[in-house]
Amino acid sequence: MRIELDINGAVRELEVEPRTTLLDCLRDQLALTGAHAGCEHGVCGACTVLFDGVAVRSCLMFAVQAQGSAVTTIEGVTPGPGELSVIQDTFCETHGMQCGYCTPAMVLVAHALLADNPEPTRAEIVDAISGNICRCTGYAQIVEAIALAAERMRGANRPKDARK
Amino acid sequence: MSQAPSHHRYVSADRRVREDRRFVVGKGKFVADMALPNTKHVALVTCPHAAARIVSIDASRALKMPGVHYVLEGRELAAATLPLMTGLDTPNVPRRPLAFEVARYSGEWVAAVVADSRALAEDAAEEIDVQYEALPFVLDAEKALEPASPLVHEAHGSNVLLDKNFVWGDVEKDFAASPRKLSLRVKWGRSSTVPIETFGVVANWDPWRDMLDVYASIQMPRYADQIGLALKIPVTSVRVHHDVDVGGSYGVKRGIKHTVLAGYLSRRLGFPVRLIEDRLENMRGGDAHGPERLFDVDVAFDDAGIVRSMKMRALENVGAYAGRSPFQLGKPIGAIVGPYKIKSVQYRAIAVVTNKTTQDAVRGFGQGPTNLALERCMDEVAHVLGLDPIEIRRRNMIRHDEFPYLIPSGTTYDSGDYHIVIDKVVADSGYENLKAERDRLRAQGKLAGIGVAACLEPSGGNATFEALLNPAITTSTFMDSCRINVDGMGFITATMHTTSSGQGHETLLATVIGEVLQVDPDIIRVTRPDSLNSLPSGTPVGSRMAIMLGGAAFHAAEKLRTKFTTIAAHDLGIPLERAVYAQGNVHDRNAPAHKRTWAELVQIAYRNYHRMPAGMQPGLAVEHIYQVPTGGTLPTADGRVQMYPCFSFEFHLLLISIDPDLGRPEIVSYRLGHDCGTQISPKIVRGMTIGGIAHGIGAALYEEFAYNDDGQLIAQTFMDYLLPSSHEVPAIEIFDHETPSPYTVLGQKGTGESGYLGAPAAIANAINDALRPLGISTNTLPIKVSKLGDMIAQAREKIKAKKDTE
Repeated sequence: MRIELDINGAVRELEVEPRTTLLDCLRDQLALTGAHAGCEHGVCGACTVLFDGVAVRSCLMFAVQAQGSAVTTIEGVTPGPGELSVIQDTFCETHGMQCGYCTPAMVLVAHALLADNPEPTRAEIVDAISGNICRCTGYAQIVEAIALAAERMRGANRPKDARK
Repeated sequence: MSQAPSHHRYVSADRRVREDRRFVVGKGKFVADMALPNTKHVALVTCPHAAARIVSIDASRALKMPGVHYVLEGRELAAATLPLMTGLDTPNVPRRPLAFEVARYSGEWVAAVVADSRALAEDAAEEIDVQYEALPFVLDAEKALEPASPLVHEAHGSNVLLDKNFVWGDVEKDFAASPRKLSLRVKWGRSSTVPIETFGVVANWDPWRDMLDVYASIQMPRYADQIGLALKIPVTSVRVHHDVDVGGSYGVKRGIKHTVLAGYLSRRLGFPVRLIEDRLENMRGGDAHGPERLFDVDVAFDDAGIVRSMKMRALENVGAYAGRSPFQLGKPIGAIVGPYKIKSVQYRAIAVVTNKTTQDAVRGFGQGPTNLALERCMDEVAHVLGLDPIEIRRRNMIRHDEFPYLIPSGTTYDSGDYHIVIDKVVADSGYENLKAERDRLRAQGKLAGIGVAACLEPSGGNATFEALLNPAITTSTFMDSCRINVDGMGFITATMHTTSSGQGHETLLATVIGEVLQVDPDIIRVTRPDSLNSLPSGTPVGSRMAIMLGGAAFHAAEKLRTKFTTIAAHDLGIPLERAVYAQGNVHDRNAPAHKRTWAELVQIAYRNYHRMPAGMQPGLAVEHIYQVPTGGTLPTADGRVQMYPCFSFEFHLLLISIDPDLGRPEIVSYRLGHDCGTQISPKIVRGMTIGGIAHGIGAALYEEFAYNDDGQLIAQTFMDYLLPSSHEVPAIEIFDHETPSPYTVLGQKGTGESGYLGAPAAIANAINDALRPLGISTNTLPIKVSKLGDMIAQAREKIKAKKDTE
């Protein structure tokens, strides 16, 4: 069936089978391969995208269900060719990854968290990423990346003496 | 974190990892991202029985479905290909991509469907009618040893693949002379490292060039060789692309059967064929399970707790076919006494086949289970003597001044300072505070325990256990390599010749070369030529790449430096000894202003042959193929051999608290002392180590490929096979120490398996410490919440009943 999807701020018209998951649609039809298939049953979180700003699993949704909502993928939070968002940059700073497979999802979860809560505690960060499995890192450097990003984002564009 | 030693500029500095930039924007190039035109997709038909004869396969309905191209059965594939390479000489235990005549575990692949899309292939797989005749089966390793047990491979005549007995030293005499003995049965449950990316491969046969292009999520030594052998084509017709990012492996991405299957189909059908496991195919039939090992250990010791001798019997349930898994009984021989001065050892290694999923290599290659057995014993020795578990380890450990230290099984440990690492971990009353915290938790009604474990990480990948377990193997060469080219414009390109799965090898290579050439590593391009353009590489196994790829890069860079220096000395008209290389330029020691710059030397090497030293090749290309340090010998007749050059050390100390009503364990604090010699990239070492502990937490508490009595895998999704989330992995404090290895170029040792090798033992010890007041113990991993809850409830009821009767 024919659908319209609002992906990363642009509306795309597509022909999809009703049974096509949002994940398969993003990857196979839109070439947005930053979302990854991990378990395809909603546990690992590697397929996470933002759905009206909320982190959801694109393997558990059909593409047709995404009509009328704004979908943001990792490609949508990357500022431009060769440029990193603050969060992407702090993931590099702390080496909050190894193989990179769960990483786009972790970055998106961090974007969603920090949009809601600019000053998360360690426990809140741990809680926010607890739906995303990373097998490489044991999470420490991911938590540190998000805490560092929060600190940098709080400090950005504010008078120097207002920074903590 | 340790500070960079002053004599290194880039090595040990806190620098970024270059691979990270592509991953944070979702631009990794994983196998599922490969989009070759006209690619068709594979789905698999799997056997629903633990063992069954395949009576018939009717694919007629499937083949009539639109978009379906082919259905491949085991018979056709077996006729056209050779069985997959195995390590042992067991010709009657052939392993093939698709079952032929008999399927030997539930989930084994029986037929492959090729269709326009994966969804269509899955639809068609459901329409294939396979008739089976169920056969008797055996799941338990001890039962498999019984003569009356069903045979997994009838032609083999028994279920035993390997049964080797080693005696190193005078075990019986040492046992007789020891006043105390202790026996323990320990079991490591069947788990694995289960990467989030499943295995995948795209194979594309070009009949006009006689070339099979292979893109795969692979971590497999001799991968191209094995593909060529099985498909009966020259290895020059196999081109493995090494620039595919691998989404986690930790040993298990060994998809040779997948590759032979996809490669055959592409040759048969004439278009690219893609096989990406779904999670179910991965868990049941991906052949990536890890060790399931039963230990019976006897130790002989004295009243001071000095362990003099050990007898260890290890029984491994390798599953239905022999991959490399039986060899996982062999690697631990290289560190069979751990960090301890145990004088003599008897070791019996038995591998049996059963009707479970086939194992393959898993992080540590069998070392983690062996460490569990040894470290549980050390704790029990401490307990029966009423000694502190840290004290007993200190008493038994090799001391700093005793290195290099020869262990009974013939391996010499390179270096270490175990006592000082322990000192660092327990410093600032760390241990005393932990004991006080444990007692406080106990006073609150919690079950609380302190866990201690020490262990070694053999690193460098000198895999002479192959020859030790199979005398037909005479391999003593274990190499890796690097090529460096400075081009005609003066830019540097270095090559590595394998895939990576998150270890940061591009960063490793650039860092080491930058250090030697005294240039910023960020300007060094690192590429991964395909297998036909590669020098030999052993791939990232056995915690070897810092040592082996680092070693190859170091030596190649030194050759390049020498070439620069030689050209400059000639052009300056000075003796070579007076030419000094400094940051890419070369000057006269006696007249520093008399020099040649990098650009001038490039000019000479590329365009001024008349200025080159006589006989020197033009250009600035060098390569180095590096043999593993201390390697190159075969086992002696009495089963002794040098394995692995380097031995990293880790010391775990943790506090666990268990809710006695729920049985739910919580790790309250976790300290780790870690010594992997010189850390080339501290960020990478730390990540690997904490990630290893997370794997260890999984193996100790959550993860198990559990089977029911019918031989069905009942933990086949992430709903049942539980992976530690950020909630289950506590904050971990690492205390680094650096004892350089004398055998490596920068003093580095391996770290790819760190954390994982000791964490399960430490956690098991903590839980047993917590359970001790109830008079119960457990030596079987994983120690799941459900089991722990039941054990505690029964023990409390027993105590209550006893009190009531009193």
